[in-house]
Amino acid sequence: MSATATSRSLVEHFEAGLAAPICLTWELTYACNLACVHCLSSSGRRDPRELTTAECMAVIDELRRMQVFYVNIGGGEPTVRGDFWELVDYATANDVGVKFSTNGSRITPPIAARLAASDYVDVQISIDGATADVNDAVRGPGSYATALRAMEHLAEAGFRGFKVSVVVTRHNAGQLDDFKALADRFDAQLRVTRLRPSGRGADSWEELRPTARQQRDVYAWLLEHGEEVLTGDSFFHLSALGEPLPGLNLCGAGRVVCLIDPVGDVYACPFVIHERFRAGNVREPGGFAGVWRESALFRELREPQSAGACGSCAMYDACRGGCMAAKFFTGLPLDGPDPECVLGHGEAALSARGHQPRPKPSVDRSRPRPRRARASAPARPCDESPLAGFEVLR
Amino acid sequence: MAPRQDAGREPIDLDRPWQLAPNVALRPESFGALAYHFGTRRLSFLKSRRLADTVTALAEHPTARDACARTGVTAEELPRVADALGTLARTGMIVRRAAA
Repeated sequence: MSATATSRSLVEHFEAGLAAPICLTWELTYACNLACVHCLSSSGRRDPRELTTAECMAVIDELRRMQVFYVNIGGGEPTVRGDFWELVDYATANDVGVKFSTNGSRITPPIAARLAASDYVDVQISIDGATADVNDAVRGPGSYATALRAMEHLAEAGFRGFKVSVVVTRHNAGQLDDFKALADRFDAQLRVTRLRPSGRGADSWEELRPTARQQRDVYAWLLEHGEEVLTGDSFFHLSALGEPLPGLNLCGAGRVVCLIDPVGDVYACPFVIHERFRAGNVREPGGFAGVWRESALFRELREPQSAGACGSCAMYDACRGGCMAAKFFTGLPLDGPDPECVLGHGEAALSARGHQPRPKPSVDRSRPRPRRARASAPARPCDESPLAGFEVLR
Repeated sequence: MAPRQDAGREPIDLDRPWQLAPNVALRPESFGALAYHFGTRRLSFLKSRRLADTVTALAEHPTARDACARTGVTAEELPRVADALGTLARTGMIVRRAAA
């Protein structure tokens, strides 16, 4: 209401870090009954060091004290944890809302009814093709039917507005209207996010990433539908094509976003499960709050960042150099173009990099691979845009 | 998710008693505060300390106008604050309270 001309913009406040994350993703387990080829967390097998029920509850207590209003729970497939519903109930009873991502395999009619009865729990069903062939090629045989069945159960139970979450690939980029129709059919909301070369996605990225032409089509589609569709603000690199996309066009890693993994390690965002971006562990004496407030990594990320090679680009203010994780896992410098830079600077950088080795994820819980598709979890970014459905009031 | 259906500003009635809705929480931040509604999962950014303080003060004052006076909102600023409170009321972040 006063003197906004002299005060810092909201984006500048975000870049300097908030008192607590707005968008906190918590992967509860690396165990998963699917084996998606683009899994961000290379999930499959449970880690024996997984946080116990009591440790998870202690984290929830801390989140309540920090007023982290909701967490985005994922995995792995979080519902395979024996204490999953107990933890959801504990969180919601402590004013920590839950949105969890699932492949739908455990969303039975009774579970759907129970979910529909709670205001504090939201559900996100992952699907990566509007048709079974496109989906199952990425997520494994039968996974499309499983996801659809879960959606039917939720709709029949009267759950309105659950999320249908899609990672945009070369094979489904042409199906955006179909995904939207699918979500509408169930009175659900579509969420589309960017494919990152993280986890097992590092190996499938070249083959799955949208073409330059598709990127432009996705951008146009998002401009047209942006207010009705969630994106986790993950397509901000496309804003260099012109008009900015709705939402927060910046990288929130370590500033407004972070990830807690199944063993309590805290990473800057869900796409950078790598030692380089590990800020600490919730088992340390200072707990999660200590990591969020004090870690050297997060302090560094909250300092003004160099535009580096992008500094001379007229579109830098639009895309802010793109996604840190995408650069890191493709072996590009962090202060340079995104590998999928819409002006082509990323392709040039990738060519220049040639065949030099790229960073490997520090954690790989993939099952040994007798199965065709490998182990996994839904690719799941910062769930909702931190700015989805917001107002800024002065 | 109904973002920004802010068409047409509509200030609240400043001469009534208001309060933060029971299922809404405020979290102080350097820019002001975050407001979160657990029922609608809606997040709002209160981009000034004074607005955040005013929202907090609503419950303790007989009218919103009194709460504004208490937090030092000037006559010049009042229409803008009333608009901001109007948006919060429309989205269920603040609600009318029975008069004492």
